[in-house]
Amino acid sequence: MNMLNVALPKGRLGEKAYAMLERAGFPCPSIKEPNRKLIFENEAAGVRYFWVKPSDVAIYVERGAADLGIVGKDILLEQEPDVYELLDLGMGKCRMAVAARRGFRDDRRRTLIVATKFTNIASRYYASLGRDIDIIHLNGSIELAPILGLSDVIVDIVETGTTLRENDLTERETIVPISARLIANKASYKFQNAAISQIVRSMETQLEETT
Amino acid sequence: MSQTRKGAAAVSDALCALYENNGYTQYVMSKFEAYDLYVRNKDFLISDSVITFTDLGGRLLALKPDVTLSIVKNSKDIPHYVQKVYYQENVYRISKGTRSFRELPQTGLECMGEIDAYCLFDVIRLACLSLAAISDDYVLDLSHLAPVSALFARLDLPKPSRDAMLKCIGEKNLHELHALCKEAGLDGTAAAQLALLASCAGPAGQVLPALRAAFTDAGSRAAFAELETVLSALADAGLGERIRLDFSVISDMKYYNGFVFKGFVRGVPNSVLSGGQYDPLMRRMGRADGAVGFAVYFDEVARLFADDAPFDLDTLLLYDDSVPLQTLERTLQQLRADGTQVGAQRSCPDFLRCRRILKLENGEVKTVYEHA
Repeated sequence: MNMLNVALPKGRLGEKAYAMLERAGFPCPSIKEPNRKLIFENEAAGVRYFWVKPSDVAIYVERGAADLGIVGKDILLEQEPDVYELLDLGMGKCRMAVAARRGFRDDRRRTLIVATKFTNIASRYYASLGRDIDIIHLNGSIELAPILGLSDVIVDIVETGTTLRENDLTERETIVPISARLIANKASYKFQNAAISQIVRSMETQLEETT
Repeated sequence: MSQTRKGAAAVSDALCALYENNGYTQYVMSKFEAYDLYVRNKDFLISDSVITFTDLGGRLLALKPDVTLSIVKNSKDIPHYVQKVYYQENVYRISKGTRSFRELPQTGLECMGEIDAYCLFDVIRLACLSLAAISDDYVLDLSHLAPVSALFARLDLPKPSRDAMLKCIGEKNLHELHALCKEAGLDGTAAAQLALLASCAGPAGQVLPALRAAFTDAGSRAAFAELETVLSALADAGLGERIRLDFSVISDMKYYNGFVFKGFVRGVPNSVLSGGQYDPLMRRMGRADGAVGFAVYFDEVARLFADDAPFDLDTLLLYDDSVPLQTLERTLQQLRADGTQVGAQRSCPDFLRCRRILKLENGEVKTVYEHA
């Protein structure tokens, strides 16, 4: 029997996605046991789940280590993996936005310095505006960059805006809304089509019921 | 040579024999090509990064990132004749993961001239047989660009919207496709047609009726008739079962038209074969005739054989100073007589995995270790 491999992002989003997959007919009770295991298997249901860092889900799916994965749209836009994006799960909603210190004025005569973890998204966004930028890649605490004068603006994920407000930053533009997506490896979609289609249909129904 | 390379190389050789047997002649080319060729056809390339250098005459040359462009450039338009060639070459492209150049082995064929239904059938048949030579468990996703091309011609959308919609079709991304249709103000019929292209996949018997009902323009009707003719001939050739229609397979319409296809084998996460009709490329190169072809990506195929190499060496013969050279050589010849892979060393390091280790001692061969 071919096991269906599913990459779940560690954290609450992964737990909510698992609940949907369980309802779709792919349960794996051992995943709920409190331990530090990363792989969980239910041979009878033909499914294997593994917890991975959220930003790595798309790589696991694109490279075929996972047949399916749950991943944020931010990661898909940043990494542009060659996968099928089958469903918008409507979970983990937030937005990719530009933020700056309160009162910041964008002087278009000079290069805008942008600090971000999402260099591809930021580059594409400013290229679409024809704005000359210099990008500084940071891995965390992006909000510090404009406060310390490292950058003019930041491009980052904004959920409620509390972190921005508490650091005296304001949201200036929304680049794109973000939510969790169900993705599939392109080859797996051919060879595990029955199981993947069952999951997609069930998740669609579950989403319709909740809206 | 490792088992991995042996396996993939053996398949590549088998494909070349298959193409020769079907009337294709080998096309051998230089590793270098004028860079200008790639600048003019940048979008045709899988990756637009090319390794360039200046030769002694001052010409800017490139290490080939693609084979088809070179073959088309050097082919001739001969009336009432279809030039059929195959190749076994390396190309040089950026690896997406590492953002560095890689040398990628590729085997494929090109069919250039007055392309008729037989040529199309024959190339798709050979694509299926190529996949079958790699693995019994394969799928060929076949598509035709006529419906999507006719639809976008009618809609006349701005390029960014069109590109975004094509991307969504390729990703089977119905939720964003729906949002883009709404944003572009498309009517329900056009939106439903686009959604059908993204989602419609499966055996021809299931897919074609739905498409026929949705696309009634002359171009699409002709395409469906062409698909049926070719699919029926492929079914007669015993290849129908492994072919799925999937209209989310889309190639750049600046270069491709008509049939496009991708091949997958179980165990490899990406497509191992890709091809299609490229009449528009021929026009761009000043040719009035058509062309169809495909490439098999052996960097992907090699993944299948990665687990088939339990040993680095079948037999290792250990010797020491007491063994006369002639005795050693005679023993090795005897051991290799049946084609067994045999190496000779003074000792066996830990990292070398051997199926069996023999020792030559006092003129006798003794078994030190043999894998159960």
